[in-house]
Amino acid sequence: MAKVKVYVTAKKGVLDPQGKIVEQALHSLGYKNLSNVKIGKYIELEIKGSKGQGVDGQVNEMCKKLLANPVIEDYRFEVAE
Amino acid sequence: MRFGVVVFPGSNCDHDCFDAVHDVLKQPVEFIWHGETKLDRFDCIILPGGFSYGDYLRTGAIARFSPVMEKIKLFAGRGGLLIGICNGFQILTEAGLLPGALHKNKNLSFICKHVNLKVENIATPFTNKYKKSQIVNIPIAHGEGNYTCDADTLKDLKKNKQIVFTYYGENPNGSAANIAGICNKKRNVLGMMPHPERASEAILGSEDGFPLFKSILHSFSK
Repeated sequence: MAKVKVYVTAKKGVLDPQGKIVEQALHSLGYKNLSNVKIGKYIELEIKGSKGQGVDGQVNEMCKKLLANPVIEDYRFEVAE
Repeated sequence: MRFGVVVFPGSNCDHDCFDAVHDVLKQPVEFIWHGETKLDRFDCIILPGGFSYGDYLRTGAIARFSPVMEKIKLFAGRGGLLIGICNGFQILTEAGLLPGALHKNKNLSFICKHVNLKVENIATPFTNKYKKSQIVNIPIAHGEGNYTCDADTLKDLKKNKQIVFTYYGENPNGSAANIAGICNKKRNVLGMMPHPERASEAILGSEDGFPLFKSILHSFSK
């Protein structure tokens, strides 16, 4: 069983209003040394099979078809045994 | 002319659309349950507003996999008139029937109020009863209405005159080029965030949405 973690965030250049507002809140708490706060989605799932058995390809396809909207979102994923 | 209003689990403007067609436009109309796959009897199909499938994952992302959507793609491909209002617009972009995506409003708030729109294109089956550049007052009610697309898509939309409605005066949600509604190149699919059905009778505070329904009837009877 492969454990998959998918991360979806706003695409570069697409406004991430949640990230921006949380960044402002952190600044107002005095943490002025940070930038580029992004808030996205975290999705976990388990797939039968293991790395190298087509799991990566399947996850990539699922991200493109459903889990992320490529018009406004970027995604990346990790596959662990 | 026969209208159909699709009902997804979580649609909540389906009855408003039904009433605008049935009681105001006085045309035959039926609800279409999202599992239905026979659409041959319809001339115009409306995807209403609401929160289909609880807006889970992304607005419209799950609704586009409903059995009815495959048939709606074929219906639109045959030139059938198709309108997506609010959540319906979000579903049309997720389904790839219209370009771009509807992103969170710039200020993160759900906005429910009357806004002014400019009718940018009256040469469509949905807007032929408006006057060129007419300013109309129609309500919006959405949290994700910020129309977003890449620079090439925006260029194409402008070049092909696919921008049908823009926000006039104030842009409430941060949409690209003040876009409130767009159509496809063939002009038979329209998506818009504002709710014309909620502005179809004087008692609702505005009748400015009604010409949209009259336009559809007019284009059909021509």
